[in-house]
Amino acid sequence: MTEHRGDIIDRRGLLQCVGWAGTGALYLMSGGVASSVSLDAALAATPRHGKVKPFTFLQISDSHIGFDKPANPNARATFVEAVEKVKALPVKPDFILHTGDITHLSKDSEFADADDIIRSAGLPVFHVPGEHDMLDEGAGKAYLARYGKGTRGLGWYSFDHDGVHFVALNNVSNLKAGGMAHLGSDQIAWLKRDLAGLASSTPIVVFAHIPLWTVYAEWGWGTDDSLQALTSLRRFGSVTVLNGHIHQVIQKVEGNISFHSARSTAYPQPAPGAAPSPGPLKVPTEQLHSVLGIRTGTVVTGRDGIALIDTTLA
Amino acid sequence: MLHRCLKSLSLRTVFPAMAIMLSLGAPAYFSLQAAAVASPAKARMLTVQIKNFAFVPAVVTVTPGTTVTWINTDEDPHTVTATNKSFHSAAIDTSGRYTFTFRKAGDFAYFCSLHPHMTGKVIVKA
Repeated sequence: MTEHRGDIIDRRGLLQCVGWAGTGALYLMSGGVASSVSLDAALAATPRHGKVKPFTFLQISDSHIGFDKPANPNARATFVEAVEKVKALPVKPDFILHTGDITHLSKDSEFADADDIIRSAGLPVFHVPGEHDMLDEGAGKAYLARYGKGTRGLGWYSFDHDGVHFVALNNVSNLKAGGMAHLGSDQIAWLKRDLAGLASSTPIVVFAHIPLWTVYAEWGWGTDDSLQALTSLRRFGSVTVLNGHIHQVIQKVEGNISFHSARSTAYPQPAPGAAPSPGPLKVPTEQLHSVLGIRTGTVVTGRDGIALIDTTLA
Repeated sequence: MLHRCLKSLSLRTVFPAMAIMLSLGAPAYFSLQAAAVASPAKARMLTVQIKNFAFVPAVVTVTPGTTVTWINTDEDPHTVTATNKSFHSAAIDTSGRYTFTFRKAGDFAYFCSLHPHMTGKVIVKA
């Protein structure tokens, strides 16, 4: 991505970047302006919607700490490797977005372990829950105790960073029989209010665990009430929607809204419909690192696209 | 303990299954299930597999008092959650089980609250 010349990343360039295969997600918002925000500070601050400054950020997803099945007997080790990769980046990202399934079974010990690992990067981290993070008896109590401070409802929130508006959504709670992921009317109403004061030229990044577009309904890979959320987003010139959950890179562009699912750091899942179930996909051990990864995002001044680069752990 | 179990369940049809299970060191629980399978007319226990993100079989019909056991054979955790909230499991991890006894007649639709496209039904009638 650093090979992309200067700030002339247009939509085509962006899509080319996006087509890149890699692991892990890092969002780079151009130029290395290293301002950082904490969630509390971001939520407390008066919204400022100013000029976009270049910076980068990182997306990491589906670490599934606690997973030890044949598809990856040591998901902890590959998460550590992913974070090491973040530390080694030539341009330090301003912060990390973790798009859920931090843990495999919502255990306190798993959350604590994941937290220790990701904090070693020395960057602010913003979380959204995956369904694996809310399967404790309290239906998310453990997650919210750790990450819910200062958030709304069941963990949703927004913040601004150098002219870009970031929105964190929870679409894994209160799921309905026969349905897919779900946002719920409270969260959709909040989103509408949250966006109301923003100029349409404000770049928007939405992040949530499960895809906000229907990738494959038979496996529940979509959000049944996402259309209502997207309605509030359509007036913006640049909307980037980031998710995890399906452990593979898939994109879709719909008008000014682009959708991007990221790789996991734990194990891959089959392409839509390519297996009897969406369960963990066992690949030959020597291939595992080539199907895990992170993602960087680069925000470029004066341009409405955000360049995403997926990098594998190989 | 095992000796007493054997004594109380020393039915000719059940014994061979018991013997196999015991030789493998399986708990007596399994042998009781084997007993139930061996005499379906008196079946009061039934097993539903959770496999490939599906409940198998998805629809079962049982008599009141039947205990249904769900066994998860997937690498992903699942739940058994009644649509009307009358029963629900905790997350069932790989090889984990959840058991519920249906005492009243009726149709009980359920789903996995983590993967809600997974649905099933227990029909209880006398």
